[in-house]
Order: sequence, then C-alpha cells, then structure tokens
Amino acid sequence: MTTTTERRAIGASVDRRDGPQKVTGTAPYAYEHRFDNPLYLFPVQSDVARGRVMRIDASAAEALPGVVAVLTHESAPRLADTSDSELAVLQAGDVAFRGQYVAAAIAETLETARYAASLVRVSCHQEHHDVELRADRDDLYKPDTVSPDYPTDTQEGDFDRAFSAAAVKLDETYTTPMEHHNPMEPHTTVALWEAGDLTVYESTQGAHWDRATLAQVFGLDQDRVRIIAPYVGGAFGSKTVHANTVLAVLAAQTAEGRPVKFALTRQQMFSGVGYRTPTIQRIRLAADGDGHLMATCHDVVDQTAKIKEFAEPAAVPTRTMYATQSRRTTHRLAALDVPAPSWMRAPGEAPGMFALESAMDEMAIKCGLDPVEFRIRNEPEVDAETGLPYSSRNLIACLREGARRFGWADRDPGPHARHDGRWQVGTGVASSTFPVVRFAGSVARISYLGNGRFLVAIDAADIGTGAWTALAQIAADALGADVDDIDLRIGDTRLPAASIAGGSSGITSWGSAIFEAARAFRERHGYSPSDGDQAEASTPENPDAGNYAMRAFGACFAEARVDADTGEVRIPRMTGVFAAGRIINPKTARSQFIGGMTWGLGMALHEESLVDPRFGHVLNHDFASYHIPANADSGQFDIAWIDEEDPYVNPMGSKGIGEIGIVGTAAAIANAVYHATGIRVRSLPITPAKLLG
Amino acid sequence: MKPFRYERAEDVSGAVATLAGERTGEYLAGGTNLVDLMKLDIMQPDVLVDVRCLTSGEIEDLPDGGLRIGAAVTNSEVAADARVRSRYPVLSQALLSGASGQLRNLATTGGNLLQRTRCPYFYDTTTPCNKREPGTGCSALEGCNSGHAILGASRHCVATHPSDMAVAMTALDAVVRTQGPAGERETPITALYRLPGQEPERDTTLEHAELITAVDLPALELSSNSRYRKVRERASYAFALVSVAAALQVRDGVVLDARIALGGVAHRPWRARKAEDVLRGAPAIEQSFRAAAEAELADAVPLRDNAYKVPLAANVMTRTLLDLTEGR
Repeated sequence: MTTTTERRAIGASVDRRDGPQKVTGTAPYAYEHRFDNPLYLFPVQSDVARGRVMRIDASAAEALPGVVAVLTHESAPRLADTSDSELAVLQAGDVAFRGQYVAAAIAETLETARYAASLVRVSCHQEHHDVELRADRDDLYKPDTVSPDYPTDTQEGDFDRAFSAAAVKLDETYTTPMEHHNPMEPHTTVALWEAGDLTVYESTQGAHWDRATLAQVFGLDQDRVRIIAPYVGGAFGSKTVHANTVLAVLAAQTAEGRPVKFALTRQQMFSGVGYRTPTIQRIRLAADGDGHLMATCHDVVDQTAKIKEFAEPAAVPTRTMYATQSRRTTHRLAALDVPAPSWMRAPGEAPGMFALESAMDEMAIKCGLDPVEFRIRNEPEVDAETGLPYSSRNLIACLREGARRFGWADRDPGPHARHDGRWQVGTGVASSTFPVVRFAGSVARISYLGNGRFLVAIDAADIGTGAWTALAQIAADALGADVDDIDLRIGDTRLPAASIAGGSSGITSWGSAIFEAARAFRERHGYSPSDGDQAEASTPENPDAGNYAMRAFGACFAEARVDADTGEVRIPRMTGVFAAGRIINPKTARSQFIGGMTWGLGMALHEESLVDPRFGHVLNHDFASYHIPANADSGQFDIAWIDEEDPYVNPMGSKGIGEIGIVGTAAAIANAVYHATGIRVRSLPITPAKLLG
Repeated sequence: MKPFRYERAEDVSGAVATLAGERTGEYLAGGTNLVDLMKLDIMQPDVLVDVRCLTSGEIEDLPDGGLRIGAAVTNSEVAADARVRSRYPVLSQALLSGASGQLRNLATTGGNLLQRTRCPYFYDTTTPCNKREPGTGCSALEGCNSGHAILGASRHCVATHPSDMAVAMTALDAVVRTQGPAGERETPITALYRLPGQEPERDTTLEHAELITAVDLPALELSSNSRYRKVRERASYAFALVSVAAALQVRDGVVLDARIALGGVAHRPWRARKAEDVLRGAPAIEQSFRAAAEAELADAVPLRDNAYKVPLAANVMTRTLLDLTEGR
C-alpha cells in the first residue's frame, strides 16, 4: 500500500496551463517551429496493393526548378536495421500494401515537392492481392499473444458442456469496421541531419520511444538523436514512428544540413500510420433461470498485415467483466496485403466491449431482466483472469448512480414502444472498463530554482490530454508547493526519460516518478533547499501489482432517437459515470470523458473506412466522406464519477481516463437503438441503411 | 498540383474571351470545390480566370414577382435573404443544410451549381473513373456504391450530383443565365444538367468558356409553401443520402399543384415529374403522396449497396408532402 500526502492541487479544477498558448496559436506544433532555409518532402505512393517496383522514371520531376532530389528504393540511403518491415522505407522494390511509399520528392517549396511527386512515373509488376477479412477464411492463424502480451486464448471450466446444458442461450456475431485515428494535427516531422547528429521535431506520443526506434533503424547512438515534441495535436495510438518519420529522416540524411519538413495530408493519414482492424466477433452466452451466467465464449477474428503482426485484443475484457461458471476466449488473425493495424484508442476494449455489452443487453432481455440488474447479478468477486481481488471495482456503483442520474428507474423494457412525432425513442446502457497500466522507464528530475519555485523535468507527452496541467498539480502536492511554483518541462529527449503516452498510463507512470523524485528531493534537501538542489527518481514498481487486479470501470447510458421515415439516428443525451480512482483535475477529466464518449458516438454511428477489395486501399480517405461526429451530433453529456479511494494503484490514487470514455458508448447506443426500433444492429456503424430494412 | 496561370479580366466579356482562347481552363469563383480538386490532381486546368468580382453580387426583384440572383452572391447571402426566406423557403433551407458556415460564406451561386460529384472513385486518381478520365471505366458500378445513383445512371457512370441548392432550384423551375463565346442565353436548370449516358465527363450542357451570370427564380404561387428535407448520416456537414425539395398547393383537400425534386439519387438534381403528374388533382392525403413517390421511383435501379435509397426516397417524399399539407 502506498502512502499518500496531503492533496491541495490534486483534485482541483486547474485551468489548462497551455490553454492560452493553444487558443492564441502560439503553442508550437512540430511543423510550426521556426527553421532557416527548410526543404519540403512529398511522397509517391504505390497504386498496387502487392507487387514489385520495376522502373521509376523521375526525370521530369528532377528537371523541375527547385527540386533537390527524388528518393527511390535505389537512391535512398541504406538503413542500419530493416527488421521492422513497416519501417524499412525505400530499401527494396517490394510493395506490400497499396499506398506504400515508393518514392519521394524533396524540393524548395511544398508546392514544388507536391508537383514533382506527381510527375514521378512508377511502373509496378502487379501481383494478386488479398485484402478481405472473412471469418470463414481457411488461413486464419493463432498468434503467439495478442497486443501487447496477453494470452491469445483462455479457458475456464467446460464451456461446451455448460453452454449446451443451459436454459437461456445467445449465439450471435458482431462486427466492427476498419477505423482510422485521424488526430486533428496530422503526422508531422521536421528532421535535420547535421554532422552525424539527428534532430527531429515530431508529432509524437513518446519522444524517448521514438528516439530508440530511430537510433536503431538508422544505426545511430541514442545520444546523437534528439526528438522535440512539446505540443501534440492528438495521437490516439497512431503517433509513434511509422514509415512517414523514417522517410523524412532519409530525406534529411540526403539533404544533410537542411531541415526537411513533412506533414501528411489528410488523405495520406489513411495509409501507413495505423488503424483499428475490422473485427468479427462471435459471442455465446448462456444463463440459468435466475440470470446467472453459466457459459461465456468470445471468439474474435481480426486482420493483420503480412509485413507486421498486430493482434487487437478484443476478447480480453470479456475475461474479467462478469462472473460466469465457464469461459472461453480466442483470437485468430488473417494476414493480408494491407498496412499494419496498430493501437487505436481503447484497443481491444472498444470493439470487444461493443460485442460483449450488446450481447449482455440481448441476454438480459432473454432472461427477462433489466439490463442494469442483469449486470449487477453477474458481478464477480475476484478477477477471473488472475484470481486476484480488485484493488477497487465500483461497476455496480457506476450503474446505480448512472441509472439515477439518467432516469432509468421507470424504463419500460419493451422495444419500439415510445414515439415523439416521427421519432422512435429508446434508451440503452452498457458497462465500461479499462486496465490500470504502469510502464517502467520514466525518470523525473526536480531542481530548486529559488523563491519557492521548482523545475520539474520529464520527457512526458501531452497529446491534448491535459498532462501539462495534471503533472504540475501532481508535482505541487508531491513537493508540498503551489501549482504556480512548478515550472514543468516535457516533450524533449534532452529531459529525463519517460514512457509513452499510451494505455492511459501517463499519469500513473510519470506521476509516480514525480512523486518518487519529490520524496527523494525532500529527503536529501529538506524543506529549506538551496538554489540548484536537485533530485531524480524513476517510476518504481508497484509493490501491490501481484496482489490486486487493477482496472477502472464505468457505465454509459444513452438515449437514441430514430426517425421512422429515414432511419436517421440522433443521440440527444448520454450519461457517463466512472470509477477511476482519484480524479486529478475535474475540469480536464470531464473533457477527457466527453471526448471519449464522443469518440464512442462516432464509432456507433459514423466511422467506417471503406476498402474496395479490387484495389485494396481506403476509398473514403477524407473528412467529407469518413464521418466523425460534428457538434450537431453531440448532444448533452452528463458526466460524473464515483469518489473512489484506491490506495494500491499509485501514490495519487488515480486510474487512467483517456480511453474508458469510449468503451461502453457504442454498445449503449446500439442497445438504445434496439429499444427505440426493435431492430438489433450487430454491425457497426449503425447507419440509416441498416435501419430501413 | 499542376502549376497554372491565374488571369483576371475587366468584365464578363473579357473573362469569356480570355477563357475561350485557352484549351483547358476554369473560371474561379469561391474556389471551395475547385481548389481542392486541383490540389488532388483531379482537375488540372492550365489557367484560372477569376470571375469573383465580375458577375452580380446582388439579388434583384424581377417584374413578374420572381428574383434574379447574381452568380457571385454567396450561399450565405442567398440563404439569409428575406425575400428568399418568405417566397422560396425551400431554397434557403437547402442552402443552410449544405457545407459549413465558413464554406457558405465563400461559395457562390454560380459555383455551387457546378460542384463536381463526391463519388469516392472520382476523388481518387489511382482508380478508374470515366468522369475523371474518360474511357477508363466506372469503378463504382461494381464497387462501394452506397452513395450512388438509383435513377438515370448508365453503365459508364453512377455518380450523383452533390448540390443541395441545385435541387431546390430544380423544383422551383429556375432559369440559368449565361454568357459564352456565342453570346448570352437562358437555360432552364433542368436542361443545364445532363444524365451521364456515354459522356459522364460532361456534368452540364454548358459550352467551353460559357459563364453563369445569374439564376432567375420565376414567381410561383406555391413556392412559399415549400421545404427541403435532407437525410444524412450525421446531423451536419455531410452530403445527402437522399434529399427532397418540394412545393405544394392544396385547395379544399385537393392538390392543385406540386413541384418536387430529389437530390442524392441521380447524376443531376432529379425533377420528379411523374410524381407531380400523379399528385395534380389527387386528394392531399398520405396514400396519394405514397403513390406519387412510388410512381417516380418505379424506374429505380439500385446497385449493390444503395437499395436502401428506394424506400428512403419514397418515405421522405411522402413525409415532406404530408408536412407541407399539414403546415408542420
């Protein structure tokens, strides 16, 4: 158990410290740092999904005034390490997916680079490609683990026997489409290669992580590589080193001494910077006559890329959500001629809980139970996955508080029974969960600046989450200082190391390091330090990690209105109640929950990357055709949380909140749409076409 | 993006003469669609002739009670005009349902009429598209076609026209005034737009260098009882799955006159004359409206992904006419 200190800053709604800079446009994003005499890069992408580059004619491009070079697999510098095929950019003529970089133009202006790229003629030998995910493929395989390192399959008890013997059963298949992250700021790199030193201004969620990757790929010592990323306009799992960063550094190496700028267009964001795999999920549930789950099975089929494996862990939350007498979960993959999928906000939980929580709604109806009561009835005593007790688990409190706030008590369970003019009206609920993740490897350094002020340095990333503010609050309480006396530095590999902003782990990982550094600082320098006094500490291992299962939980309630004539779905209100430990900053936390639930709304109703299998790439590769919610789609958000004391997770008592807001939302909306219309849509997104029948 | 020349002219005649002397080129007004298309190499004009300040930016009353909208009037200005709002509410509603406030502030009346399709294959230069590159084939015919045409398509092209404004103007029997190398002419909007046939690269019947100068809205007794209903997957900033522009005149429970146009169903805004014929003289009740809609859609030919548009269009036509009858 962790000792905690008095909290004054933690729990206060401190305004975003970077807010004024962001709204005045003075916070420098990667592309906006000032550079002398920069060059610009524009890529050429393959227009076949599988094949081999036979010939590249760059003569017209090279003849353009202002063109510095055209990189091809023949002319580009060689990389030191090509073991990660996704990053082996322009090292060979093989084409592994449509949209792969096969050349790039470097020029004095962006316009020239773009025009030059359009003049490069690439002749490819096209081979038969295979980009279609289907559950009945005969080449599905079992990966060794699912991301990041969960067991691929699990089994408890005898599912087959329990399922066949049970009184009430469900056997349905749920699907989610390919989705793309699309942060507002596209992937952006400005790279400068100078006398063997590499400086990269990068839009990234982990500068130290990127530095290690680039050093390895380019064969450089890590101390010759510097990554600078103080402000990042969204990441969602997509902003690590992908081929675009490697391409920019190759260009910088070619044009040594001059910075090379490369920002992806929105269209280019749909190939090669990751995406969420489509999923096909079969769920089988069986219950006894009292609504206790006897058998649970979640079989997931995902796609991955032939060039790089990523296994979306969609069945993992099913291993811990509910008590059941028997359980089986499996993951199988199809390896296709596609870009590599990757982590996308709430990987596993977002698609997996859509399936499970839709199935739980269907099962509650089959059992004749209220969906809230059905979930409460199947609350587990311990985490079935590990056999450990939960450090805290307040799903039931979230469901009850959400039901109270939302006005669930007098709900008529019958479907298609409420109308307001031509609107069919319904309500739905779903549970949420997300693990408490702590990464090793973060170091915080605290220096005394005099006059009561402290410098806190850690190479953390604020990808729009509010880390600039929350880490200062944590440092203030850890030191017993005022927030205004904390001078925070993040987003630069010259600062002490930090783990990546992923898995909702930032506050736990970096905050714990800051707490340790503060403790060391006070131990060494006391409460009357001298100017320049310093202490440093790393994220400790959690001594309770082996004693408790640690997860955040939540409940999402949604009202759906479906136009009887058109099948248009509108969501006028949602309630989200979360049990996520101590909330560091209620103001920024509320924004995080709203952002997550809005993401879930988009997942439910809008987002779908359309691939035409004849071509193999995403067709709707812009925001006119790939829809995310607009303001008019986002109704009232009622956000609340349970006051949860969890002394085991970390010194702050906090759990990550960057992703859990998404998790239950899509199912809550699908369940509400069913309640409104009597139509169960098991295939996201829920579009008018699916409701018109 | 291919380099291009930018030209300005003193007046409309000068602009027409300038473009007439070029092999390929386009007029530039708001640029909200054209510039995107150029950046993506979908359109590659050698020259842009800026006409933003050459055509009228005014909305004038016509002697017969109609309105003349200058080609340079922005979409925002037309939507907000008090005369348009009271005499032609369908047009104001159509404009406000399209794009975003920022785009409407820049986009012009003439430019809106000449928007290109939003077919994803047209928008992707790596796939075949007869409209973009004649003779390469229509990728949408056997591809992802949930947004495509159910009426009047050909095997050469199944794209739809994206404009909302043009759908309302089609219902209102608007007349498009142009000036070209051959002089001035007036074209009913229904004759401005083409079906794809064997030449899907031609969206309209305009000749090279012919410039839209204004749009006339004729006086119509029924147009004050009109509305636009746009169905889309999200509540704003999306192109129509299906839209309906309708004006209705009912006396003593009988339909005297009706004007109906559909968006999102064809290569051009689709004037529903069959439905109008069924309606004239029919009782103004749901059954008549449903029968009219079904008469119009009897010729619909759905593709793999867009069969939903047939019941959707029928439902929206029926509901819009009912709402107009009941004054909702």
